[in-house]
Amino acid sequence: MREIQCRLLVIGAGPGGYVCAIRAGQLGVDTVVVDAEPPGGTCLNVGCIPSKALIHAAEEFHRLAQLSSAPSMGISAGPARLDLGATMAWKDGIVERLTGGVATLLRKAKVRLVTGRATVRDGKTVLVETPEGPVQIRTEVLVIATGSEPIEIPALPFGGKVISSTDALALTEVPGRLAVVGGGYIGLELGIAYAKLGAEVTVVEAAPRILPQYDAELTRPVAQRLTQLGVRVLTGARAGGLSDSGALRVAGVDGAEDIQADKVLVTVGRRPRATGAGVAGLRLEMAGPFIRIDERCRTSMTGVLAIGDVTGEPMLAHRAMAQGEMVAELVAGQRRAWDKRAIPAVCFTDPEIVSVGISPEEAAAAGREVVTGLFPFAANGRAMTAGDEAGFIRVTARPDTHEVLGIQAVGAGVAEMAGGFALALEMGARLEDIAGTIHAHPTRGEALHEACLRALGHALHI
Amino acid sequence: MGIHAIRMPDIGEGIAEAEISEWLVKPGDVLREDDPMVAVMTDKATVEIPSPVTGTVVWQAGQPGDVIAVGAELIRLEVDGPGNVAGDATGDAAPPAPATAEASGPSRQAETAPPDPEPAEAKAEAATEQPAPKPAARPAATAAPLRPEGERPIASPAVRARAREAGVDLRLVRGSGPAGRIGHEDLDAFIASGGIPAPSGPQPDNSVEEIRVIGLRRKIAERMEAANSIPQITIVEEIDATAVEDLRGRMNAQAKGARLTLLPFIARAIVRAVHDQPLMNAHYDAAAGLIRRFGGVHIGIAAQTPSGLMVPVVRHAEALDLRSLASEIGRLGTAAKEGTAKRDELAGSTITITSLGPLGAIASTPILNVPEVAIVGVNRLAVRPHWNGAAFEPRKMMNLSCSFDHRVIDGWDAAVFVARLKELLETPALIFVEG
Repeated sequence: MREIQCRLLVIGAGPGGYVCAIRAGQLGVDTVVVDAEPPGGTCLNVGCIPSKALIHAAEEFHRLAQLSSAPSMGISAGPARLDLGATMAWKDGIVERLTGGVATLLRKAKVRLVTGRATVRDGKTVLVETPEGPVQIRTEVLVIATGSEPIEIPALPFGGKVISSTDALALTEVPGRLAVVGGGYIGLELGIAYAKLGAEVTVVEAAPRILPQYDAELTRPVAQRLTQLGVRVLTGARAGGLSDSGALRVAGVDGAEDIQADKVLVTVGRRPRATGAGVAGLRLEMAGPFIRIDERCRTSMTGVLAIGDVTGEPMLAHRAMAQGEMVAELVAGQRRAWDKRAIPAVCFTDPEIVSVGISPEEAAAAGREVVTGLFPFAANGRAMTAGDEAGFIRVTARPDTHEVLGIQAVGAGVAEMAGGFALALEMGARLEDIAGTIHAHPTRGEALHEACLRALGHALHI
Repeated sequence: MGIHAIRMPDIGEGIAEAEISEWLVKPGDVLREDDPMVAVMTDKATVEIPSPVTGTVVWQAGQPGDVIAVGAELIRLEVDGPGNVAGDATGDAAPPAPATAEASGPSRQAETAPPDPEPAEAKAEAATEQPAPKPAARPAATAAPLRPEGERPIASPAVRARAREAGVDLRLVRGSGPAGRIGHEDLDAFIASGGIPAPSGPQPDNSVEEIRVIGLRRKIAERMEAANSIPQITIVEEIDATAVEDLRGRMNAQAKGARLTLLPFIARAIVRAVHDQPLMNAHYDAAAGLIRRFGGVHIGIAAQTPSGLMVPVVRHAEALDLRSLASEIGRLGTAAKEGTAKRDELAGSTITITSLGPLGAIASTPILNVPEVAIVGVNRLAVRPHWNGAAFEPRKMMNLSCSFDHRVIDGWDAAVFVARLKELLETPALIFVEG
């Protein structure tokens, strides 16, 4: 059996793992990263990137279809036609470019990428089943970056017409009727995309409203858009199994109902892969389903670290990347600790949602006094010229020092503002800092400026 | 909206200038009429100057330590109505430079010179140029609060990373930025001050803090320096205070009027002793070659106050009885400590008593309160064994440490004066019976 020695071994080449490996390589740490799939993990292969490609294609098609049925802005179009197989091929091209790019980056950083399924033997030894045979890797430091996977409902096992988000990104035909179980951000992103591609979509959500992790004010524009798109939303409803005729059984507030569907997309959340790949054998201390870590991503076993979705919420690629970078620098002997103030969360629904820091609702729940300012895009010139005035930007700050505690936005294209919002929180900005910053006109970003002015009591354009 | 300029008021006879010891407001603050705006320091007194009008501070003259001439512009307020400065408030031109004197310059010189009026061209400027318009009104003042327990320090990621590399716990660093934000300068200052918390055990402290000597402290330093150039003789004498303490105890038991301390008795004894040796109650003006012997005995009582040593003056002690002396000493001590002593009450002494009470040590070397020629230091009172010729007996003993200006007081005269004080205090009836 082939044997490899290294200083740092990363299991999983997702956003956390590959960033960790690249950074460690840059710092001269002898690093190996293992993954059974092409590098990039869920994010690049079956998550963030392909779903955004599909969402974009769906939006383009939807616009064209709208113009062909109802000309607007003086533009009309002939009938829009879709070849989903070609769309998926285009999407796969992007994914291949990105995964190939990651492999190149790893090579440039002198990181060895071992393809195969890993099994942890002990805290220093990992066995990998590669296509060329088993390889044993001995390491000084082990980083667990095994990520997460979609949760299955026992009554609706994946297979046949029941599909996961991964499957939904590989369909070659638009289903006539699509039932989405789970009204979280993944279900809604994909549900809206397929609605725009022409599917008749029904969303089944157990909570009283969609996107339950966000506040009602923030999700209302999305709910309104779903109605406009003809998406049926059943809240407070539980999905059972499939009936004999293949319909989805739903127990709702108004009684039971069978929903006819050609595909049933189950997106009820993701669970950490915290026990597979022999990780359970390490008997690490857990925090619920996650591996317990400290502020330096150390687990309960010396020399074993964990990053990304296996370590807890929020299960987001950019959190994993930041953890990976930090861990690499720690292994290289630098002084680091997790001290991020803000992890932005973005939801690529239509309209998009961004949230950084706390919301007024969360402040109230914590008994915290805050000042808030909200500015609607209906009063924003750029939003009007883009033909989409839904949404707003909202800021929450301390009443005494005006330190900004949270910024949320909902509206077209607001995802691009996430970095600016996070920067404000990381820098410890006060309302006056943002209010005193010139925001370019005409842009949607002006709404942030105005929201801060409004929180200070002197908004100009409302 | 107009601009109202406030000039350094005439705060006492013969005062030509005053040193800013503390600004009580900052630009942007809203002042109501009679709100104190600045504390200024003259030769002895620190005076708070209230605002005569209501308005928003837009400009201030100088920093603490700067000396401002009486009549020079001190502060500018934006007020409702036209204000007292002509012209419309536009642009951000600064008001004219105030007539500030270099703080370390000889301030005594200015007392004889007339107040330096504002230069004519400066006045012309004042008529045309205006301070910056008031910033837009904002809700809630945003002074940086101290971080409550458990609250995370505000610092940018770059500052946090640097602190981590330097091993600095940012929770220990004071943030000077808005909302208490910690900047690179705060971190630099913390590191420069050797603030890196040591793991354990005693650690060497290499910090040097520079404290500007301003205000009362500088006045004290100047006076002490002046006194130190004088050849002084100090005589320490032992006093059996048993008799005067008995008398004091009985008088207090009668509980009439203010509770008596030993100080009024000593003051009365000084009045008596000075009667015999009037040269002790004098000022020596070396430059003029002149001794000014005073008829009235104005006794300075050195008092420790929160802002430093002050010497309130009991005027005409020779005309006050014991009770009046006691209440006057009490009143002045309180006024000095509370900072409410008037300037007149802090100047004009002819002889001084200095006492540290229970901290009074067994002997001290009092420094003359120039231009006076004598100072009486009172040391701690304690019960000590005393040989009465047949046996030891417990007596309440106390030392007096008295210093004299040896240029004009000979050792003999000094000794006679101290011996006289001893006689009067050991047989307190003498203080009262002699005419």
